[in-house]
Amino acid sequence: MRILAPFLLVVALALIAWASTAFLHLGTLFGVIVPYAAFALFVVGFAIRVMRWGASAVPFCITTTCGQQKSLPWVRQAKLDNPSSYAGVVGRMLLEVLFFRSLFRNSKAEKRDDRFGYGSAKWLWLGALAFHWSMLIIVVRHFRLFLDPVPEFIGVIEGADSVLQIGIPLLYLTDVVIVGALTFLFLRRVVLPRIRFVSLSIDYFPLFLLLGIALSGIALRYGVRVDVTGVKEVAMGLVSFSPVAPEGIEPLLFVHLFLVCVLIVYFPWGKLMHAPGVFFSPTRNLANNSRMVRHVNPWNYDVKVHTYAEYEQDFGEKMRKVGLPLDSE
Amino acid sequence: MARRKLTLIFIGVFCLIMVAPFILGAGKAHSAPELDLNTPEIAALDVKECIEPVEYMRSSHMTLLDEWRNDVVREGKTDYVSSSGQVYEMSLDDTCLSCHSNPDAFCESCHAYSNVELYCWECHGLTDDGVVGKG
Repeated sequence: MRILAPFLLVVALALIAWASTAFLHLGTLFGVIVPYAAFALFVVGFAIRVMRWGASAVPFCITTTCGQQKSLPWVRQAKLDNPSSYAGVVGRMLLEVLFFRSLFRNSKAEKRDDRFGYGSAKWLWLGALAFHWSMLIIVVRHFRLFLDPVPEFIGVIEGADSVLQIGIPLLYLTDVVIVGALTFLFLRRVVLPRIRFVSLSIDYFPLFLLLGIALSGIALRYGVRVDVTGVKEVAMGLVSFSPVAPEGIEPLLFVHLFLVCVLIVYFPWGKLMHAPGVFFSPTRNLANNSRMVRHVNPWNYDVKVHTYAEYEQDFGEKMRKVGLPLDSE
Repeated sequence: MARRKLTLIFIGVFCLIMVAPFILGAGKAHSAPELDLNTPEIAALDVKECIEPVEYMRSSHMTLLDEWRNDVVREGKTDYVSSSGQVYEMSLDDTCLSCHSNPDAFCESCHAYSNVELYCWECHGLTDDGVVGKG
């Protein structure tokens, strides 16, 4: 049920978009109104979530330390895994954001016969890296539909992506990789018993949604083959705020578009916010310098203190009279 | 506070990336290019029809050409029977470009608009002045 429910939800969403545009001719709704609304909700929701993170307190310096911290001069510091400077934090962040270093360091405990040991486990890292980079390239590639004239670098990326020149239209390598990676990430949750145990429907939902988007996009390119100039006209109408009523466009395009809209509306409110979240994670973005710099909890309010010196000032006269020793004398 | 400033910068950069296409696309009327069918060869035709219906040609001309290339180069076939039963020679130069003798306008306008690179001219109909109808 945890797998079936999100799957059926994605199928239902796709069917809604398909039926509404194929039979009810709601092209303007699904091609203009829904995308605008979804985009606005995405940007606003994203900004709200990030602002909340930015405003929340970081009471402690809680850097995760994955190597030797800065110590005596002759002890070699792991500068990226236990950074003590701003540059080190930036380097660690770059490795984390671009290459998922923390996933790369993933290890697995296993009992073989009578022996218990730890080994490196890189499959999740590889699957995640393959998916995310494909996703990035695919998103960038799509900007050929939203920009006129199309910048040079988008053509370069497309050329590199279709460099093997397989078939017509040229096969994009990322199309293959993203479907493979998503399938792997899904199977991983189903096949491995422990990961299946901790997987909820909300973990499967984005996977099915992304698979639906990828497969519908692939079908639009290699299968039903939509008229690209017509699609670009609609897309350009959206970004120039002079929307064109989409007519005579393959209903499958609206399935693709609607699933993307669902994805970006859901994005700010679910686990997908790990994208900006990694930048706001105190375990990653703080330097481990708690022995050099005092980390002040921003929650701390000003405590009204009454020091002994002040106490002596207030009561010194009386203390001297009864012969008590005073610090100030 | 440095943290607040960084958060605002982050949101600012995010919003900037998000609205960039809208800024770049603002105020321009972006209709798809009109296909230029004004060639003397087409004007001379009695029935102005392509070898297959327009809809099919628009979305699938590339697969047709790909099949032609494979049929001609690998199988040695040269006759194409269209869906209306007419027979055409499988040739980009002698069939397609004999009517569409203006590939610089006819092909390139849409291909530039949707940023799809053409590599037909690496072999076909290339002269120093660009692409001409008959190679």
